[in-house]
Amino acid sequence: MKKNHAALATTTLAALALVSACGPAAAPTAQVIRETVEVPVEVTAPPIVITAPPEQVAAEPGRLVVYSGRSESLVGPIIAQFAAATGVQVDVKYGSTAEIAATLLEEGANSPADVFFAQDPGGLGAVANAGLFAPLPEETLSLVPAGYRSPAGLWVGVSGRARVVVYNTEALAPEDLPADIWDFTDPVWAGRFGWAPTNGSFQAMVTAMRVAWGEEKTREWLTAMQANAPKVFEGNTNIVEAVGAGEVEIGFVNHYYLYRFLKEQGDGFAARNYFLPGGGPGSLVMAAGAGQLETSANPANAQRFIAFLLSTVAQQYFASQTYEYPLVEGVAVERGLPALAELNRLDVDMAALDDLAGTTRLLQETGVLP
Amino acid sequence: MPHASRQPARWTTPTRLALWALSALVAAAVLLPTVYLFVRAAGADPQVWAGLLRTRTLEILGRTLLLAASVTAASIGVAVPLAWLTTRTDLPLRRAWSLILPLPLVVPSYVSAYLFVSAFGPRGLLQGLLEAPLGVTRLPEIYGLPGAVVILTLLSYPYVFLSTRAALLRMSPTLEESARSLGEGAWSTFWRVTLPLLRPALGAGGLLVALYTLRDFGAVSLLRYDTFTRVLYVSYRSFDREGSALLALVLVVLTLVVLGFEAWLLRRVTQPTASATRPPRILPLGSWRWPAFLFTLGVAFLSLFLPAGLLLYWLIRGLNSGETLMALGGATWNSLLGSGLAAALAVAAALPVAILSVRYPGRLTRLIERLTYASFALPGIVIALALVFFGARQAPFLYQTLALLVFAYAVLYLPQAVGALRTTLLQIPPSLDEAARSLGRRPLQAFWEVTVPLLRPGLLAGASLVFLTAMKDLPATLILAPLGFDTLATEVWSAVSEAFFARAAAPALLIVLMSSLPLAFFVGRD
Repeated sequence: MKKNHAALATTTLAALALVSACGPAAAPTAQVIRETVEVPVEVTAPPIVITAPPEQVAAEPGRLVVYSGRSESLVGPIIAQFAAATGVQVDVKYGSTAEIAATLLEEGANSPADVFFAQDPGGLGAVANAGLFAPLPEETLSLVPAGYRSPAGLWVGVSGRARVVVYNTEALAPEDLPADIWDFTDPVWAGRFGWAPTNGSFQAMVTAMRVAWGEEKTREWLTAMQANAPKVFEGNTNIVEAVGAGEVEIGFVNHYYLYRFLKEQGDGFAARNYFLPGGGPGSLVMAAGAGQLETSANPANAQRFIAFLLSTVAQQYFASQTYEYPLVEGVAVERGLPALAELNRLDVDMAALDDLAGTTRLLQETGVLP
Repeated sequence: MPHASRQPARWTTPTRLALWALSALVAAAVLLPTVYLFVRAAGADPQVWAGLLRTRTLEILGRTLLLAASVTAASIGVAVPLAWLTTRTDLPLRRAWSLILPLPLVVPSYVSAYLFVSAFGPRGLLQGLLEAPLGVTRLPEIYGLPGAVVILTLLSYPYVFLSTRAALLRMSPTLEESARSLGEGAWSTFWRVTLPLLRPALGAGGLLVALYTLRDFGAVSLLRYDTFTRVLYVSYRSFDREGSALLALVLVVLTLVVLGFEAWLLRRVTQPTASATRPPRILPLGSWRWPAFLFTLGVAFLSLFLPAGLLLYWLIRGLNSGETLMALGGATWNSLLGSGLAAALAVAAALPVAILSVRYPGRLTRLIERLTYASFALPGIVIALALVFFGARQAPFLYQTLALLVFAYAVLYLPQAVGALRTTLLQIPPSLDEAARSLGRRPLQAFWEVTVPLLRPGLLAGASLVFLTAMKDLPATLILAPLGFDTLATEVWSAVSEAFFARAAAPALLIVLMSSLPLAFFVGRD
């Protein structure tokens, strides 16, 4: 039984490596990845090594409880890969990052969770600041660049999410767009853009503004943008849809939503991403990340899971399936995306983006949020 | 022993005490979230109190009440004619409409509002259809108060429709017929006889609409109308639990205001003495027949056919572009199981409360009955976090079990069952029970053999309402469900939140389908 598991794991991973080796041209869907579990043993690609020592694989694999602030359609397949590869029985609670974090705070020391997998630094920060995370091993932390992990080692970034300007291709060309997000305060943009101030990523960007620009300049930006009568949307998805339909010309969103629309509606979808080249807060690349709960009943599996999220297999999964930026060096991004290194990113520590309360207050004072 | 007084000592003392004890227990359970809010709010720092008194907060309170009042009025305006048309007239396809018109209640508001925006948005489907032949490039704004009122009315008018319809069916036609025979016209009979008799039903239905509006988050956020619930969510998302609790307590106060207003409106309602013994005469609509039909069709089109059609369109478009359908068997079963148990528990809990408040009317019983509404205007996340607080700390063996989830559903949706049972019970004269007892039945036996069969429509209506609202519930399910317990609603959410529309369509359609079954069952029996 155990042997079968190990064999199956190797097969799966080998097959996966093959699939990902084919590169973007093969355009694997989540479905394809699930099906690879069935691939017979003759596939002989080098297996991907999971950082768990061999004796641990042989031992009773045990359980793992993951609280995921990322939705099942995004991370379900990769969690299933982990379960299949290790034999660990994984139970997942899905929700939005803010609500899962609130649940963790309410559960306190009685939480059944082993791992919190969050969409944005705000959620990780809230749980870390409440003292609910245990430090992660150095070899896991060191897999990602310094800005994308907690300085205290309490959580680690898993994938990168770039803030972009999505624009309607019938109304605008990239040349029409400014280099810095500050420039949208110009009255020529009045009534032409949409944003989602209740969205966690938008709020993370405003937090980055407070860090990069300071409180006063951020307030000025928000006030000037408010004067430009932005259309308020509930989330990034709604914005991208509205931009594609021409309801607004531009929107401030994360980069990967567009690719899902292109996949479902084809290249005719009239919106494209513009990565602000200015290097300011508009060029922020945030991290989704994970941490291990201090009260975890399965700490070894929790650490194994987090290490797995940073393995080549998982990083390639995020690149090709969720169109995000892999944070581990050496994993290629999806076709059509500029490489992380090519972006003029804002230089900011993710851990500095945890003051969500301050950002909410500023957004309320400027009338952006109710 | 037939008593003439309104408060006869009709049941034996132990039975009555049990009734009181059970009702008190139910009220205590419903108050649990409010207790949690007090615990949390006590820790709020003074800055939060200052924030509460911002002019902006007060302004939003005003906007919220305005929305609740408008939606309630609009729902009554839409639902009463529909209920009357389907019970009293020769409207074409009368029985089919009775089944179709309550169904919009099963469409989750986040789905419905999303579809509404993509259909009628400034550059939505409708505009696309009009652009080629008519050159329309922009439609008027749907965002803000008008859009929110329209959408929430389309979603919640069934509360009033169902309660009014039930009342019309059980109302003795003799009163209306006497009025007609005394020379009153159809209109004036409706205004002077029928409508006053409908007041308890309008109160019960309208109350649910108003509280539903207070609680709604999905529709108001998509239609960009800031209500108090949005402020509450913003606060939760910034992890400020103390401030959020304080804001939620304001919602509890708002609920009390709405309840007080309803009580004031119904302050002099008398209990009807006679109930329907035979079906009412069917009024021929004459030349109004087809306009009435078009009105009914229009409401059904906007509230049900359009969203269902768009979901189908998404599904087909997705399937055409190579999307495969997810296996939904597990989620469907979980939804049925959770909602079914919730319906049973809520009705069981509502029964003693309804009996007590109708058969022993008084300040205290009325208070207990009103208390069951305390949690209905609270957004699901508040109830859920309260139960996380108590569950994880005080009852870890219950935490993340189906039992706690069902309990949460029951707490959230109990008022719907209480309302349905109360209105039905009000129309069953206690004299029937007393007659049975004078024929030698013991009190409970008389109740079981006489009142319960008559109560069945109310039991079914209450159970169905709880069933379908639990089925579309999202916040409580996401937070409290056992690990790995996916429901149809969480499948929809998971897909929509990541813009996988094709994947969202199948479970959303299944929600509509699954919840129509009990609805069809109980409406079909009338």
